[in-house]
Amino acid sequence: MTERKTIATTPYTIGVAPFRPGDESSFGGTFAEKPGDLNRPDPAKCDSRDTVKHASGLIRVMDDDNKAKGDWDPGLDAESMIQGLEYMMRLRIFDDRMLKMQRTGKLSFYMQSFGEEAIAIAQTMALETQDWIFPSYRQPGAQFVRGRDMVSMICHCIGNTEDNVKGRQMPVHYTWKEGRFISISSPVGTQFSQAVGVAMASAYKGLDEVCISWLGDGTSAQGDYHYALNFASTFKPPVILNVVNNQWAISTHKNLATGGRTFAERGLAYDIPSLRVDGNDFLALYSVTKWARERAGAGLGPTHIEVYTYRAGGHSSSDDPSAYRPEKEFECWPGGDPVERLKLHLIETKIWDEKKHSALEKKIDDEVMTAYKEACEFGDLASGPYPPASTIFTEVYETVPWHVQEQREELGK
Amino acid sequence: MTKMNMIAALNSALEHQLQRDENVVIFGEDVGYFGGVFRVTAKLQEKFGAHRVFDSPLAEGGIAAIAMGMGLNGLRPVAEIQFADYIFPAYDQIVNEIAKVRHRSGGEFTAPLTFRTPAGGGIKGGHHHSQSPEAQFTHTPGLKVVYCSNPYNAKGLLTSAIECNDPVIFFEPKRCYRGPFYGDPHNVPTWNGHPDGEVPEEYYSVPLEQARIVKEGSACTVIAWGAMVHVSEQAIKDSGIDCELIDLQTLVPWDRDTVVNSVKKTGRCVIVHEAPKTSGFGAEMSASIQERCFYNLEAPIIRVTGWDTPFPHTTEWDYLPSPARIAEAIKKTQEE
Repeated sequence: MTERKTIATTPYTIGVAPFRPGDESSFGGTFAEKPGDLNRPDPAKCDSRDTVKHASGLIRVMDDDNKAKGDWDPGLDAESMIQGLEYMMRLRIFDDRMLKMQRTGKLSFYMQSFGEEAIAIAQTMALETQDWIFPSYRQPGAQFVRGRDMVSMICHCIGNTEDNVKGRQMPVHYTWKEGRFISISSPVGTQFSQAVGVAMASAYKGLDEVCISWLGDGTSAQGDYHYALNFASTFKPPVILNVVNNQWAISTHKNLATGGRTFAERGLAYDIPSLRVDGNDFLALYSVTKWARERAGAGLGPTHIEVYTYRAGGHSSSDDPSAYRPEKEFECWPGGDPVERLKLHLIETKIWDEKKHSALEKKIDDEVMTAYKEACEFGDLASGPYPPASTIFTEVYETVPWHVQEQREELGK
Repeated sequence: MTKMNMIAALNSALEHQLQRDENVVIFGEDVGYFGGVFRVTAKLQEKFGAHRVFDSPLAEGGIAAIAMGMGLNGLRPVAEIQFADYIFPAYDQIVNEIAKVRHRSGGEFTAPLTFRTPAGGGIKGGHHHSQSPEAQFTHTPGLKVVYCSNPYNAKGLLTSAIECNDPVIFFEPKRCYRGPFYGDPHNVPTWNGHPDGEVPEEYYSVPLEQARIVKEGSACTVIAWGAMVHVSEQAIKDSGIDCELIDLQTLVPWDRDTVVNSVKKTGRCVIVHEAPKTSGFGAEMSASIQERCFYNLEAPIIRVTGWDTPFPHTTEWDYLPSPARIAEAIKKTQEE
């Protein structure tokens, strides 16, 4: 854990980002924490006191030589790892295409997962299909794992007549009940305490279901984060609560927004087993989530996870990070690039090579392009057609009340 | 006079306040180093120091409570809520605490603070970057509620809001940050060349509680605030009817005399706001106007508002009051 930088001369403490534009970023090369540093406690017996070191340290599996090491190596089969790599590559290519289309006005806004692709993908792969996903805006990758059709995802983003959200929400605010992927809302953090409620409902019904949710380092300042931890601690429902610490909340570095130690350590004060994991290490993410799933499945309740990563892209298509951080900071992030790291691990274990990788990249590129073209046939934001204006008035209530009906007639569409 | 857009004008008001009163502090999400996502606080940290202009943790409830605490202890905080849609975690602090502290403490304690917040639609912001929640605050005694509409009144009203010893919720129509908006998304002019884009560099204020008559007329009074002032201006032109346009500027306490005198003169009234109709501030105004102008009214008062639905994304132009809808209402008031 690095020391927090602050300004010494102000009357109260003001945090400072480690690097600003014009500085040369450096995080000391690789992580000081190594795979094998931390044991894997028995998930069926573990309580929060057994995770004190796991909350301040960093759980890793893929070492700097790309080999998987230590207690937390999930021993994943080759097929699953290649599948994980494919999902991550698809998300990156998908994001890239959508961001380009945003620049041409085909959609109003976009948020990419760049640098954080491993998180929702590895974590969703570690869950059961009946488990609930309660995402924030940087976990769309979970939908690939659950098998959502890309055309349907794009139709939402470009707000056309096939958008299952009916043009009501901004792009990236996916909803997909079939995949147990709960509707995304812009106000940050609200999903976190709701996820505890979802998990309590599963427990109430006696079902073997877990709910997983995520929020960011910035959002962990919201009351909803603390409500979630306290209710989870009190009722111990089957919930996995992740703080994605990607260093930046738009322009606000975490040094400016918390004076605490690690985010994971907060969970210990709520008596919730808490782990801190390298968020760019696919295998480590898979492993800690599997562990949390086992705990929840055994009736032991919540797990709190800090996912330590770096927001490689802008906050959104409206953001220009070059105004507040060095442009090349991601290149020296000790966690590296999550896609590249899994690829190198697979090459190291001789189940993958550059040729297969390029072929897969090409295949995904074609699939994304085909899906995009197909989606555009139903319209896009630049040129329509849009969902009909009548969608403004429906589903506000279960049935349309008289006053809303009158307004619909007044609009005359 | 300098040409300023609304962002520069607000920035100028804040800069003057930081210079004139050492008790003024500014904070909120991304307002410090970066200068705010809409750039309203740009360069202020550099000029006045990180203890006076700083980035806060991402927590509106916390921002409101910290501002109240500072206000209780003699500072004059100006906090930014990044989007008005995100003010609701702060609602308890604002409604139950900030609005009532003067009264509940027998006048011993006050919280002279200002919450600035970008509000309103027209930027493809969907449910949660488009709402105009003024009525949620006009219904709370103890708060003053201000809604600027152009660079000139933005600077002057913000100055008065900060200097006011009561808590003020200050709405900024984000659609008008860079130019007036006349209801046509395909033709969006800048403030350059608009008379209200001529803003003095020096300190000045525009008083709270006073409406502004944008245009005098005799056939119908049209009342609006925020971006709807400009949309109404367009609608009046399109209607060809000689309307009097009033920019309300302060919603609580509103300038009843100006409005009542106008309606007594014209005998007709259209109220325009982009927030939903039910319990919108237009309802309050309509009731008050008929109480005082009943025998002068030649036609029912008409409200043209956003619909009683969440604010949509792709179909936002069907949601927001358009020049056509407003013009139709104006014409309807002229029917015998």
